Amino acid sequence: MDHENKNNTLSFACPIPISQYPNVLLAHGGGGRLTHELIEKMFIPAFNNPFLEARHDGAVLSVGSQKLAFTTDSYVVHPLFFPGGNIGTLAVYGTVNDLAMCGARPLVLSAGLILEEGLPMETLWRVTQAMQRAALDAHTRLATGDTKVVDRGKGDGIFINTSGIGIVEHDLLIAPASVKQDDVVILSGDVGRHGMAIMAVREGLEFETKIESDCAPLADIVLAMLDAGIEIHCLRDLTRGGLASALIEIAEAAKIRIGIEETEVPLLEEVRGACEILGFDPFYVANEGRFVCFVPPREAPRALAIMRSHPLGAQAAIIGTVAGDKKGMVTLKTRIGATRIVDAISGEQLPRIC
Amino acid sequence: MKFIDEYRDPAAARQYAQALVNIVTKPWTLMEVCGGQTHAIVKFGIDELLPPQITLVHGPGCPVCVTPLELIEKAIRIASLPKVIFCSFGDMIRVPGNSRDLLSVKAAGGDVRIVYSPLDCLKIARDNPEREIVFFAVGFETTAPANAMAVFQARSQGLKNFSLLVSHVLVPPAIEAILSSPSNRVQGFLAAGHVCAVMGYEEYEPIARQYRVPIVVTGFEPLDILQGVTMCVEQLEQGRAEVENQYARCVRKEGNAAARDLIKEVFRVVPRKWRGVGEIAQSGLGLRQEYAGFDAEMRFALSDFAVAESPECISGQILQGIQKPQECPAFGILCSPEHPLGATMVSSEGACAAYYRYRRV
Repeated sequence: MDHENKNNTLSFACPIPISQYPNVLLAHGGGGRLTHELIEKMFIPAFNNPFLEARHDGAVLSVGSQKLAFTTDSYVVHPLFFPGGNIGTLAVYGTVNDLAMCGARPLVLSAGLILEEGLPMETLWRVTQAMQRAALDAHTRLATGDTKVVDRGKGDGIFINTSGIGIVEHDLLIAPASVKQDDVVILSGDVGRHGMAIMAVREGLEFETKIESDCAPLADIVLAMLDAGIEIHCLRDLTRGGLASALIEIAEAAKIRIGIEETEVPLLEEVRGACEILGFDPFYVANEGRFVCFVPPREAPRALAIMRSHPLGAQAAIIGTVAGDKKGMVTLKTRIGATRIVDAISGEQLPRIC
Repeated sequence: MKFIDEYRDPAAARQYAQALVNIVTKPWTLMEVCGGQTHAIVKFGIDELLPPQITLVHGPGCPVCVTPLELIEKAIRIASLPKVIFCSFGDMIRVPGNSRDLLSVKAAGGDVRIVYSPLDCLKIARDNPEREIVFFAVGFETTAPANAMAVFQARSQGLKNFSLLVSHVLVPPAIEAILSSPSNRVQGFLAAGHVCAVMGYEEYEPIARQYRVPIVVTGFEPLDILQGVTMCVEQLEQGRAEVENQYARCVRKEGNAAARDLIKEVFRVVPRKWRGVGEIAQSGLGLRQEYAGFDAEMRFALSDFAVAESPECISGQILQGIQKPQECPAFGILCSPEHPLGATMVSSEGACAAYYRYRRV
């Protein structure tokens, strides 16, 4: 019935572009291949504009002579409180980090709260205070907001959406498109802490030492590099899909091959142990305070030194380089010296049978 | 990390690889039985370190892969019932039945939960007396003791709202099925260390004798596998066919007596259908008559129904080591983890998924 909807580019007659699953699955939000498919096949074609085409954590727009970065993110973590943070800290730091990954200085944030009927007021107050402290830490302010309440059972305590605006004060194009052959990949610290901290609380797993989330604001450390004039080609914070998913996204977007070394990636012993027990690959486990940075080889020693001088980058390490072949893939040199590819996972990692 | 790093040491791995070069004089084809071993081999690139004469083929030891389609379809039907809380290990919930998987059942409103132990289901059963709790009891001898324990405890606690959908399979009959196939090309086996930690390895001795084939009980770390391969090749080169134990730090000849007793108490040996392979006599476990009240298939009285395997899928040949994943014309083209034609592409331990994940170039 296309003729009846000539004026609508998205008419009801348009077939749904993803036909594999008739319903949304949790994995569509897992940051893996199904999320990627949703973005590539449904959202980017539907909203079709150059900002989205950049496929970055935020959009960079010119306003007069200024460049602004704009980004948004929603937070649905369970449990609301976990070792090292809570949903409020995540909601502030996560959006600050998306701005930081555009190389922007965060200016203001908005917060939209969706609360479930019956939520203890004390919980809301703890989250509110955490958001305020996090905003102070990240040198930003919550400038506007909104509150909605849904029926009991229709939410999970609190859902938070935050959006952020930052100012871009450099002329670099920080994006996958700027990544070049021989670029050095620097990782800001050990991986997998956030995911395993959440997992431990959610599943009641206990370890000898408590694993704390790495959630932290990354704007300062990025701005320190930019202020020092480091020619950053690309930045990406490691979130849901972990280190592997972030690198795969960049490799695919830039059509380059990224080669990393398994033994160079810092990993907390407790995280490694927990992953071994559950059969998880720590390279796919979520982080909330780590990022990768692509710089030309001549800049690598200085960039690494600046990162290491910052408390959030004390364990920063060079984990690999960009190879010339235009494969759009990530390869890994394993601990025992063999090479294999690092593939995108389809959804969330699932604990194995044995 | 202690007990991990020692078994992933690159220098020791190179030494084993060199030792193999020194002893091997002709081509040998070995099968690692367990999917966990397959996963480790491709994840660490262990096969790249082996001399070219040695070919590793991948065995049937992936519980997700060999669970027949009918049973997955039964799981999906039971999980769709409103009064049911359907519990499963994580990797079963993404395996498609005729048209959908358990994840889709969950998305459509079914109560599907991932548990880490079948014993967790008993707590769920106590907390939800008005609901029916069903656990998808999949796996080899490794998972059988815990599943047996869940049923045993449920009975002693008088829990009436708990049942098992059983699809347990056994390793030795599968090895025999492979060895007696006319197209068999496997000359030596790496037996699954975890299975033997439960069952011991006495039951492999008649197989080694009858079929003149070396069987080495092997662990799951890179050095375990390299040592297992070395021991197996040594036997082949010397013309021996014995059962040896590489995984001595976990496995005793008699296995775990308490676990074996519990399995015997709750389960009996039954014929089982293996996905892609067909029925193998005396190759699985089912609940004993005394525990039949905990059998979900009886409780939900599901009649048999026809299910069709994809005609393109060669997973049966993959599981028997007759072909390797890249030899399948559908591999990576018609068949991928997002659009799996067969279970070897679905499970993270399936040979096809492992090759797709780590080897596709």
